[in-house]
Amino acid sequence: MSATKASRIGEETRIDKVNAELVTLTYGTIVAQLCQDYDSDYQEVNKQLEKMGYNIGMRLIEDFLAKSGVGRCANFRETADMIAKVGFKIFLNVAPTVTNWTSDNNQFSLIFDENPLADFVELPDDGRAQDELWFSNILCGVLRGSLEMVQMQIEAHFVSDVLRGDDTTEMRVSLIRYIEDEMPPEED
Amino acid sequence: MRIINKAGGLIYQREFQPGLRKLSTNDYLVLAGTFHGVHAITRTITPKLPLAPPSTSPAVSSPGNTAPATSGYSYPNPGVPTSGLEFLETDKFRLTCFQTLTGTKFLLFTDPLTGSVDTIMNKIYELYADYVMKNPFYQLEMPVRCEAFDRHLGAWLRGRT
Repeated sequence: MSATKASRIGEETRIDKVNAELVTLTYGTIVAQLCQDYDSDYQEVNKQLEKMGYNIGMRLIEDFLAKSGVGRCANFRETADMIAKVGFKIFLNVAPTVTNWTSDNNQFSLIFDENPLADFVELPDDGRAQDELWFSNILCGVLRGSLEMVQMQIEAHFVSDVLRGDDTTEMRVSLIRYIEDEMPPEED
Repeated sequence: MRIINKAGGLIYQREFQPGLRKLSTNDYLVLAGTFHGVHAITRTITPKLPLAPPSTSPAVSSPGNTAPATSGYSYPNPGVPTSGLEFLETDKFRLTCFQTLTGTKFLLFTDPLTGSVDTIMNKIYELYADYVMKNPFYQLEMPVRCEAFDRHLGAWLRGRT
């Protein structure tokens, strides 16, 4: 499927219902509460956010498939386009840029020009949050959870975030393997 | 209508016509498990002939047994796996199976004359995504006991007839 077709599906399937700032506020509250609960152990907060995202992703994928009606992607490049132009478009109404492919086509970066989760956010200046907390880490989990449900094992992490003073917000996504959940090979 | 999870367990079943003969719960579970197995087998026996449309296999399971996108290749494209059984028709009813990319299967038993089963399937899938998957207290892969799903499904189907 071509990239333009993907962006068209993303545009058409988009639905708006809830006030975006309410979502931002809710998410911000969750992160802040986690920071408090874990005594500003930001590694742990990142981990929890990722886990929450993972659980969301496993459910969200059904919604994505049912509403967008797209079929299976032929390769990982197509998957990347689908994530950026359809997935993020439907659910967050942003379309991150897919870039920095490795030569084996198994790793790419998503560059976010805007990030609705992080509107209004300033990281706490306790000298550590700026270096340790990935505020939007839930997104990594969502990708991992949803792709796992369609037989792809991936790893995703942020490498830079404008909240930390970086120039861009960049997430690195790597394909680990395709999961075969077929029957075990017959013994004959 | 039945929903089978990706491990072959029956997670939802419901009749929309009064007066259908009922089976025991155990029989339903066996039916789901059996179908799951048969489906997996039909997937693996999809012929891999070069540049010829795959021939249809035995009497009962006909058209859905082929993967159209792969018919021109000697091996299926790994990105487009074979689909397995999709329809099963008898004189009195038709069984339609819709498998989502995540491995969940929706089975619909209809009158052979019922049209637009695909539309119904898509709507069921949408409702399932909304009222089952988005229910935070529904545990994945477990039997579906969501009243809202029942209600919306019933209302939508009533609206169609």
